[in-house]
Amino acid sequence: MGPCEPGVRRADLGAVHWCVLPFRVLLVLTSHRGIQMYESNGNTMVYWHALDSGDASPVQAVFARGIAASGHFISVGTWSGRVLVFDIPVKGPNIVLSEELAGHQTPITDIATEPAQGQDCVADMVTADDSGLLCVWRSGPEFTLLTRIPGFGVPCPSVKLWQGIIAAGYGNGQVHLYEATTGNLHVQINAHARAICALDLAPEVGKLLSAGEDTFVHIWKLSRSPESGYIEVSPLP
Amino acid sequence: MSVRTLPLLFLNLGGEMLYILDQRLRAQNIPGDKARKVLNDIISTMFNRKFMEELFKPQELYSKKALRTVYERLAHASIMKLNQASMDKLYDLMTMAFKYQVLLCPRPKDVLLVTFNHLDTIKGFIQDSPTILQQVDETFRQLTEIYGGLSAGEFQLIRQTLLIFFQDLHIRVSMFLKDKVQNNNGHFVLPVSGPVPWGTEVPGLIRMFNNKGEEVKRIEFKHGGNYVPAPKEGSFELYGDRVLKLGTNMYSVNRPVETRMSGSSKNLASRTQESIAPNPLAKEELNFLARLMGGMEIKKPSGPEPGFRLNLFTTDEEEEQAALTRSEELSYEVINIQATQDQQRSKELAQIMGEFEIMEQPRLSTSKGDDLLAMMDEL
Repeated sequence: MGPCEPGVRRADLGAVHWCVLPFRVLLVLTSHRGIQMYESNGNTMVYWHALDSGDASPVQAVFARGIAASGHFISVGTWSGRVLVFDIPVKGPNIVLSEELAGHQTPITDIATEPAQGQDCVADMVTADDSGLLCVWRSGPEFTLLTRIPGFGVPCPSVKLWQGIIAAGYGNGQVHLYEATTGNLHVQINAHARAICALDLAPEVGKLLSAGEDTFVHIWKLSRSPESGYIEVSPLP
Repeated sequence: MSVRTLPLLFLNLGGEMLYILDQRLRAQNIPGDKARKVLNDIISTMFNRKFMEELFKPQELYSKKALRTVYERLAHASIMKLNQASMDKLYDLMTMAFKYQVLLCPRPKDVLLVTFNHLDTIKGFIQDSPTILQQVDETFRQLTEIYGGLSAGEFQLIRQTLLIFFQDLHIRVSMFLKDKVQNNNGHFVLPVSGPVPWGTEVPGLIRMFNNKGEEVKRIEFKHGGNYVPAPKEGSFELYGDRVLKLGTNMYSVNRPVETRMSGSSKNLASRTQESIAPNPLAKEELNFLARLMGGMEIKKPSGPEPGFRLNLFTTDEEEEQAALTRSEELSYEVINIQATQDQQRSKELAQIMGEFEIMEQPRLSTSKGDDLLAMMDEL
C-alpha cells in the first residue's frame, strides 16, 4: 500500500480557475488526478491531463496547483516545480501540451499573468513556489525565463502581476513588491502576523488586497513615484 | 495531502487522551498504584516499537471513526474499562483539544513543538519506568529524524491535512467556553494579540527601496491587532524549553471536563450525513487497523488485579443519561476487532474483515437454542 496507488486518495487540495483567453473562456480544475479543462458552460470537458507521478518518492504528495492564462496559453503548476504550458486553439478540444518549464525545484504555489504591455522584453508571467522562489517569464511559442527572485526560507502562497509590478505574499506575513524587469525589491510590508493566504488585485484602480491567517484583510494602493518611477504603496484604512 | 501526518495526529491525540485519563483517575480517587499501572500500560502499548514502525510508514490519514477504534483499544490496554458514553466523550475532548492546538500554532512547524510538549508530559507520567522512557525517547528521535529537515512548505501541507481532518467538528467543550477561546457555536476564537511567530515581524511597517537596495522611505500603519515580537524560538532538542504552551497539560483535578453537543439541528444533520454515507475506503481502513493493532502488544490482565470502570462524567447518573440521549446515528459504530500479534493471523484477519461491509453491524452470535429453533422451522 503506497500513497501513489490510485483510489487511495481522500480530500483534495484542488483549484479552480476561469481562464480568459482572447477567443474563448475555459474552466480549469486541478486535483490529485490531474488537470481538467471544460468549456465555459461547465459541462463539456475538452481536455484531461493526467499527472505524471513517475519521479515522486513515496513520501511526496502529487498534485497540480496554480493556474493562469496568458495569450493563447494556459499554464498550470505541479508538485515537482515543473510548470505545464498548454497551447489552446480558438475552439475545439485540440489542446496540446506545448512546454514544460523548468525553473523551480519545489512545488508550485501560484502563477500570475497580465496581458503583455506591447513592448519587447516585457514580462507577462510570474511563477511562485514553496521555497519562496519567484520566476519571471515572457510567454510565447517558447517561454523565456527573464529573472529569478530568490526566496528566504518561507513559502510564497500567492503572487500577482500588475503593470510590471510583482506583488508576492509570504508565509511570514510579509508582502513584497518587485520590479518585474529587474527583479529588484522596492517595497517590503510587514502586513500580517501569520501566513498570507491570498492576494487579489483590482487592475483598473491598482488596489491590492492581502488576506492572512491572522484573520485580517488589508487593502493597499499601488503606484509609482512621479520622480523616480519607483514602486510605492500606501495602506488604505 | 501530506503522507507524513499520521504520526503527529496519533501522538498528539494520544497525549490528550492521557491528560484526560490522568485527570479523571485523580478525580475519581483511584488508588495511586492502580492509576500508575493504567497509565504505564497505555503508554507502553502506545510506544511499542512494532506499533510505531507501522505508524511512521508514509500513508494517508484515515477517518475519525477508524482512528477512534485504535484509541478505544488503547484505552482498554489495562485494567481500566470505559463504557460507550465515556469513550465517546473522551474522543470528543481529545479531538477538539488537538484541533485547537493545530489552529493556534503560530507557525506550521510549531505543531512539532506541540508534539514534543505532549511527549515531555508523557515522560513525566512514567518517570519510574526506564524501559518505557527509552521507548518514548526512541520515538522522539524518530520524530526529529523525519520532521527535523522538513521545509516550511511541507509543514504547511501537513497543517492543511490536519485541518481538513478536523473540518466541521464543532463540539463545545466547557473549559474552552469558560476561557472564551471557543464561541457558543463551537468555533474557536483566533487571538489577534500576543507574540508573533518566530520569524515573523510585528505588522505595521512599510519600507521602500531604490534600485541599489537602499531604504528611501518608511511608513507606519495601524494593523488592527495588538502584537509583540516573539521572545525566543522553542527548542526542538530532546530536552529544552519549548516556549509554546500549546500541547501542555491544561487539565487539573479541580477542572471537570464536560462536552456539550452544538445544539443546532444543522449540525446534527451534518453529522448524521457523515455516518450514513458509505465509506469507499472502508476496506483500506480495516487493513490499516488490522496491521496497526497486530503491532499492539496488549497485556492480558494477570493475577487477582480486578478491573475498574472509569467514568468521564461527574456521576454515574450523568453517564447513563448521556448514553440514552445520544442518538443512534451520532454514536460511533463499534468495530470489534480481535487484536493479535500473530502476523499470519493478522493477514487472514485483514482479508476476512475486508469482506465485511462497514455499515452493517457484525452479526451477533445467537444462542444455541435460537439456532436449533431456526433449523426446526425449516423442517
